[in-house]
Amino acid sequence: MQLLISTLIFGISAGGQYALIAIGYTMVYGILRLINFAHGDVFMVAGLMGIYLSAALPLYLALPLVLVLTVALGFCIERAAYKPLRASPRMSVMISAIGVSYLLQNTATYVTGGQPMTYPTLPFLGDTVTIAGTSIKWAVVLTPFLVAALVLVLTQLIDHTKVGLAMRAVAKDFETSQLMGIKINNVISMTFVIGSALAAVGSMLYFTTYPAIVPTAGAMPGLKAFVAAVFGGIGSIPGAVIGAFLIGICENFVKILPFEGATTFVDAFTFALLIVVLIFKPTGLFGEKATDKV
Amino acid sequence: MIEKRKSKRGAFLALVCIAAVLALVVVLENLSTFLGAGSVPAILLPTSQLFIVLKKGAVYALVAVSMNLLNGFTGLFSLGQAGFMLLGAYTYAILTVPMSAKDTVYYLYGGSAVPFSLPDLFGGADTAPGLVLGVLLAIVLGGLVAAFFAWLIGLPVLRLKSDYLAIATLGFAEIIRAVFQWQALGPVTNGANMITQIPTFSSFNITDESGAVVLRLSTFFPFLIAIVCITVIVLLIDSSYGRAFKAIREDEVAAEAMGIDLAKHKRLAFCISSFFAGVGGALFAMYASNAQAKVYTSTMTYELLLIVVIGGIGSVSGSCIATFLYVACSEWWLRFLDSELIFSSTTDPKRITFILIFAAAVLCGAILLTRRERKGEGKMWKAALVWLAALLLLGWLAYFVIAGELKVPLVRDGFRMVVFSIIIMIVVLFFRRGLMGDKELPDLFRKLARRKAGVRHG
Repeated sequence: MQLLISTLIFGISAGGQYALIAIGYTMVYGILRLINFAHGDVFMVAGLMGIYLSAALPLYLALPLVLVLTVALGFCIERAAYKPLRASPRMSVMISAIGVSYLLQNTATYVTGGQPMTYPTLPFLGDTVTIAGTSIKWAVVLTPFLVAALVLVLTQLIDHTKVGLAMRAVAKDFETSQLMGIKINNVISMTFVIGSALAAVGSMLYFTTYPAIVPTAGAMPGLKAFVAAVFGGIGSIPGAVIGAFLIGICENFVKILPFEGATTFVDAFTFALLIVVLIFKPTGLFGEKATDKV
Repeated sequence: MIEKRKSKRGAFLALVCIAAVLALVVVLENLSTFLGAGSVPAILLPTSQLFIVLKKGAVYALVAVSMNLLNGFTGLFSLGQAGFMLLGAYTYAILTVPMSAKDTVYYLYGGSAVPFSLPDLFGGADTAPGLVLGVLLAIVLGGLVAAFFAWLIGLPVLRLKSDYLAIATLGFAEIIRAVFQWQALGPVTNGANMITQIPTFSSFNITDESGAVVLRLSTFFPFLIAIVCITVIVLLIDSSYGRAFKAIREDEVAAEAMGIDLAKHKRLAFCISSFFAGVGGALFAMYASNAQAKVYTSTMTYELLLIVVIGGIGSVSGSCIATFLYVACSEWWLRFLDSELIFSSTTDPKRITFILIFAAAVLCGAILLTRRERKGEGKMWKAALVWLAALLLLGWLAYFVIAGELKVPLVRDGFRMVVFSIIIMIVVLFFRRGLMGDKELPDLFRKLARRKAGVRHG
């Protein structure tokens, strides 16, 4: 029982962290139809910046600075690598995303020398609390609430502001919204800004829980967050959040399955789940049904 | 490079080219044996990076072309290539570990569950028939296993569209990777440990009784296999099946209306592509001289996708050229960036080369970046900014030339890959249709010939 409760708590927390990354994926996909492979690496870079900045500056300065710099990074990536290719086939943009991901990983290897770096212990978030007999970090406990609050703010933003309206319009029809006078580039930049900011928050929570950062640390969480986004129907924010929580919880329960080598299958399980869901619902749980135009 | 032409003359020319490439490879590799190691430049020694690049390039070219068959010619966006390579590599490795080495390789699991070894069945890996038959059979079986799995998952997965298909196949590759690392399968797959002691490319070097190498075939072998496979793929692309694949790529609905069985052809393309990816995986195991699941990650698939796109989606020769450029750049040409660069003597030829390359790179970069501005489309201040940066860099170079001795900043371990990824970004951003577009090498030659003829007549 105790094991089940703690697994559930860890699962929900992992789900929350995936959700923060998944929102970035799903928003970008909704608007640009682009799998932003670099997003997981932006998340990793945010973690590295957290390490370097908190070593040089006090935390109350370092953490906001991480947020600002990550947002700037996301913005620059979009302007430098995706914007010039807006008229090109989708494949080129995706390759550009893979290239950026490669560049970020290699630069991280160069800067860190390939050594694993340790994320600093954040005050309060890194402290432990005992729930149901297991000691758990506050970051783990607070993640779901923080995610819920952020998602609430985000949905308000999208449903009730002018930027949100523009975003929805662009996601619906790229070209028509352009004709309606929406400044596409600003809307797209805004999407990347929001996505990167959430990834930065996600990196603080995630790396407090798993403090070792290697240059490829962003790849797996990024991939899983993307799977979560696909799972919930890519393009839909509530879908991505629910998908992320489902994946986080399932994954933590797979870890405690009573057969030898169950941990080997944690990642594989996520993908198996995805394939099964896609077979029965080819556009994810909440995805819009794509109709073929003839 | 190898391209079937409708005319007999074209086919003959292609054959001659293939033979020439193979002969060149053999000669290059054997010059050091024939002339003695002392009398050839260091680049031709058997340990030189050149041969590593050639071997890896041949293997990657095969897999890249197989990926191009699927992504470029059939329009199915699949990211499962690394998974199929893994299947091929493991099948090959499991079937070719010599009986005598099984206990040492599988020592953690108390011996292997596979009670035979293909080369040993034909007389052992140290005899010619045993080696050739056993290895070839194992490679083909590796391809067949990959094709079989592709057939299995093809049924459900190929119903998915574009990105969903991509992520599903990527997921499949990750699942395969996890399964092969599973401890419970240890007696077959050796768990998370690598399978070693398998026949490698160097096993094909011919030695005399004393063990000295008489004829080196270790680069020839992967080239031969890759060329045979790529020729088969090219023939397939030019056949009626290939035309059906291209029709599916252009428009699925129209293709179906023309009587093409979508499900059948998609599955066929998927299985064939996976077969050659499996063969490529087996060759990769030979190249790496081991099979290890953690090598075949999604990063490998991305790498291959990069190669395919850089070469040009839908161009076989483009994929081949891009592969060799990519492998040579990442493994060989940029190597010098990984260790400190200090030029002290003013007459050092390396120093002059560095100055020339640096100046050329800065100028080319500035010209590329201001292409739009010079056409009058962009803003002038951007062009000014770019040229200012270029001037600063050139100024630094001038200072370097005058000052005489300078340590190049930033260059240390890992810098090579940073530069390499920047080069890739430049190619992706500025050569959007890839090196070759969807053209093949012979198309380019013909265009050149026509232009020459046009000049003469005009």
